[in-house]
Amino acid sequence: MSGIAMPRPDEAVLSRREEIVRALKEMVPGEGVIDTDIGMRVYETDGFNAYRQMPMVVVLPETVEQVSAVLRYCHENGVKVVPRGAGTSLSGGALPLGDGVLMSMMKFNKVLDIDAANRAVVAQPGVTNLGITRAVEHLGFYYAPDPSSQIACSIGGNIAENSGGVHSLKYGLTTNNVLGLEMVLITGEVIRLGGKHLDSEGYDLLALMTGSEGLLGVVTEVTVRILQKPETARAALVGFPSSEAGGQCVAEIIGAGIIPGGMEMMDELAINFAEDFVNVGYPREAGALLIVELDGPEAEVDHLLSEVEAIARRNGASSLRVSTSEEERLAFWAGRKSAFPAVGRISPDYLCMDGTIPRRALPQVLARMRELSEKHGLRCANVFHAGDGNLHPLILYDANKPGELERAEDFGADILRLCVEVGGVLTGEHGVGIEKRDLMPVMFSEDDLKQQQRVKCAFDPKQLLNPGKVFPELHRCAELGRMHVSKGQLPFPDIPRF
Amino acid sequence: MPDTFKPRTAEEARDVVRWAAAEREPLEIVGQASKRALGRPVQAGHVLDMSGLAGIELYEPEELVLTALPGTPIAEIEAALAAKNQELAFDPLDYGPLLGNPAGQGTLGGVIAANLAGSKRLKHGAARDHVLGMDAVSGRGEIFHSGGRVVKNVTGYDLPRALTGSWGTLAVATRITLKVLPRAQTEATFLLSGLGDAEAATAMTAAMGSSAEVSAAAHLPAAAAQDLAARGHTLSGPSTLLRLEGFGPSVDYRFEQLRALLGADRPVVRVEADASRALWRAVRDAEAFAGTDDLVWRLSVAPTAGAAVVAQLAGRFACKAFYDWSGGLVWLAVPGTDARAEAIRAAIAACGGGHATLVRAPAPLRSSIPVFQPQPAPLAALSARLKEQFDPHGILNPGRMTAGH
Ligand SMILES: Cc1cc2nc3c(=O)[nH]c(=O)nc-3n(C[C@@H](O)[C@H](O)[C@H](O)COP(=O)(O)OP(=O)(O)OC[C@H]3O[C@@H](n4cnc5c(N)ncnc54)[C@H](O)[C@@H]3O)c2cc1C
Ligand SMILES: Cc1cc2nc3c(=O)[nH]c(=O)nc-3n(C[C@H](O)[C@H](O)[C@H](O)COP(=O)(O)OP(=O)(O)OC[C@H]3O[C@@H](n4cnc5c(N)ncnc54)[C@H](O)[C@@H]3O)c2cc1C
Repeated sequence: MSGIAMPRPDEAVLSRREEIVRALKEMVPGEGVIDTDIGMRVYETDGFNAYRQMPMVVVLPETVEQVSAVLRYCHENGVKVVPRGAGTSLSGGALPLGDGVLMSMMKFNKVLDIDAANRAVVAQPGVTNLGITRAVEHLGFYYAPDPSSQIACSIGGNIAENSGGVHSLKYGLTTNNVLGLEMVLITGEVIRLGGKHLDSEGYDLLALMTGSEGLLGVVTEVTVRILQKPETARAALVGFPSSEAGGQCVAEIIGAGIIPGGMEMMDELAINFAEDFVNVGYPREAGALLIVELDGPEAEVDHLLSEVEAIARRNGASSLRVSTSEEERLAFWAGRKSAFPAVGRISPDYLCMDGTIPRRALPQVLARMRELSEKHGLRCANVFHAGDGNLHPLILYDANKPGELERAEDFGADILRLCVEVGGVLTGEHGVGIEKRDLMPVMFSEDDLKQQQRVKCAFDPKQLLNPGKVFPELHRCAELGRMHVSKGQLPFPDIPRF
Repeated sequence: MPDTFKPRTAEEARDVVRWAAAEREPLEIVGQASKRALGRPVQAGHVLDMSGLAGIELYEPEELVLTALPGTPIAEIEAALAAKNQELAFDPLDYGPLLGNPAGQGTLGGVIAANLAGSKRLKHGAARDHVLGMDAVSGRGEIFHSGGRVVKNVTGYDLPRALTGSWGTLAVATRITLKVLPRAQTEATFLLSGLGDAEAATAMTAAMGSSAEVSAAAHLPAAAAQDLAARGHTLSGPSTLLRLEGFGPSVDYRFEQLRALLGADRPVVRVEADASRALWRAVRDAEAFAGTDDLVWRLSVAPTAGAAVVAQLAGRFACKAFYDWSGGLVWLAVPGTDARAEAIRAAIAACGGGHATLVRAPAPLRSSIPVFQPQPAPLAALSARLKEQFDPHGILNPGRMTAGH
């Protein structure tokens, strides 16, 4: 394991392991509790696989009652719990704790209700993202947020990470597409938020839950909005001599009032890796490649594509193809969609970063990244959601070479600091997890972080759910609650009063 | 008259809150106080007037982002956006007409604190879907920053969204960053006449389930249509409205799509751009119920449940309704002094759930019945704990949302 420290295991809990396992087996009978090394091995890491840790025990509940009973027991006995979906997190959000219960939600795998009239689907959290689209596509609908991991990742994990995808530029992130959910608090209390109506009532706890990385509650049911499939979709594949020119083209497309269904960019290294892998005719000599997809009624798509073409040419496009068939459109995407495996083939290991920047800072950030690449002596390929400034630099390294992982992590941290410096953020869609936890102070002051941790105290005052993730320091809730105001002497001579 | 503080900076606002926290002196937070008649009346000896923290700090049209201070008039923001052919896509509704105030008032802080969105919420989401970042003063008297200025951001809990719609009971906003969007080049409304409520619900559902990309869908039963006709809109009899926005050729094309879907055996009227905009403003702002003494409710239900809820209620007492959000938002006017809160909430529960908010009523009534939907015990307790984490002494807008907070 490298530099990121996890909370020290609680010896008192570890010494009670047998008793805890026995109690769990009573609550979740059958094969729902795994306590053998061999059985637990598959859970020791997630998509951020530079870090591994065996859990104390794994539990796979099948009913809300079981989730509630397990959580209540853990709360009463001071046992930590790490919720887990499909384990594709790229930030270590589902990394187990040695003295904790790992709760896998993958037996919650049913679509419960397809309500086409209200354009809503109710599903259990272990249903995959693509599983929701599969369940409704015969009716002409789909679920819009489409992370590249959509075959595998669970909708519960999507809620926990507020995941996004290529379509998020036009159709929003998970948070914009969730209507309701059922969750269980660490106390075992079951809470329902929202439903098939559009606005949920009272405080917007749905907003807090979405992106909360398993720290606030365990999601046991989800209601999402589905959309009618657009009548048609076509894409343009545009090469530019430089990322600067590509970035300018993106700015002008949006400036013209066009919000494409997707707008993705790749740099030269990524273009070539992808072309080696899928061979779909990407322009190898281009400095940047832009894929712009327009979707909607045919008349609109044709009209907008011609505008996009004109803007691209004006910005010095070195190559330009517009898809004329569904096969061609998919071929345009094939390279982008396989960027990760393509890099995986070239390099034994890679780190996928996830900062977001204001788009206009792109040329500056790319130039600095080239310098950083030299400084750290590691290659870096770039793919990004160009429309919303979400970067995915892929840092290539070899974990078997001593010191390379550390260098890769330092390089990644430098990139993220750079994102914040130009007005962006540490993570656009992959979450903080353990990966970016210690960088949180780069973006937030101590007061900012304390106020966030106080939210946690409202949900989980003993801090038993997924501790060690997101926040660099664990403050006790009692300490966070203390107020340090001395009796004020009002009159405030300076503030206007009436 | 309560004492009013009018800070000019975030730090001054913080100092006021810090003093209030130390003295346990409740504060009422106001923008321009144009929505005082909404929600529960606040019991506070002092007013914190945020209208002095005003101005657009940053607007980058090509980045689709705007940052402004909370006291900025919403009208100023909409004008700045319009000059660049952009808009707040959540279509903030103007409560002026309904509450008997002039139209066009109000501040950004008030709009965000109320999370109110208009007809286009159906397609584009509510105010909370467009909030990217917020600086605020907690009830502890501490300034905190949350969110950012980019759309893709999952760094920490999503506080900006969670504070939206909290009616100033968790924190006082001192700076707000919003996502803005291009304004449609043109629009038209597809108008069907003569449908009953249930038939209209079916038509709206069909339209929303088609690929015609309808951005707003409303149904005005005869009485509501007549009220709007009296205000100069060309409507007669029950009117079902489907709004199409976008590039000219696309609007035309989708209009014909709707005609094929819904207009085969019914007369269809096309309301052109300017008239369409005016008509939707009237729907959005509930002008049909302006200028009367009726009590007014907003019901949020599953879109197909709206007509069923109204049918149940109409059988029990006199009321007038119209529907926005494809049936998911019911505006209900109840004459007299009995707000019928229990009957309304029972009907919603019987039709699949949702909630009801009393938006227009005399102050004594708003103090004596729950203006906002009462919550089940575990949820109410969780909300109370959240309030306590932001405002441990309960000094920010006490009583605004519930008797507790
Ligand atoms: C084009 C246009 C669009 C409009 N859109 C809307 C709309 O979408 N929704 C709407 O309600 N009104 C809208 N209005 C105006 C008006 O009807 C509203 O009443 C007005 O926005 C409310 O602002 P206010 O500053 O008067 O709020 P107030 O009535 O003063 O306050 C409303 C609520 O917000 C809280 N609040 C105010 N400022 C802050 C702050 N800085 N931090 C924390 N809490 C605060 C208050 O405590 C109160 O609970 C619009 C007006 C125009 C011209
Ligand atoms: C190849 C690849 C491509 C990817 N592409 C994208 C992309 O394009 N966009 C994107 O946003 N992400 C992407 N990801 C990241 C990842 O797929 C998402 O974060 C996904 O949402 C995680 O879902 P999961 O079911 O795998 O959750 P896990 O990895 O199992 O868990 C993630 C977090 O969610 C919590 N959690 C899981 N289920 C629940 C629940 N039911 N209740 C409460 N908390 C829960 C866990 O505690 C953990 O903190 C990618 C990952 C990979 C490996």
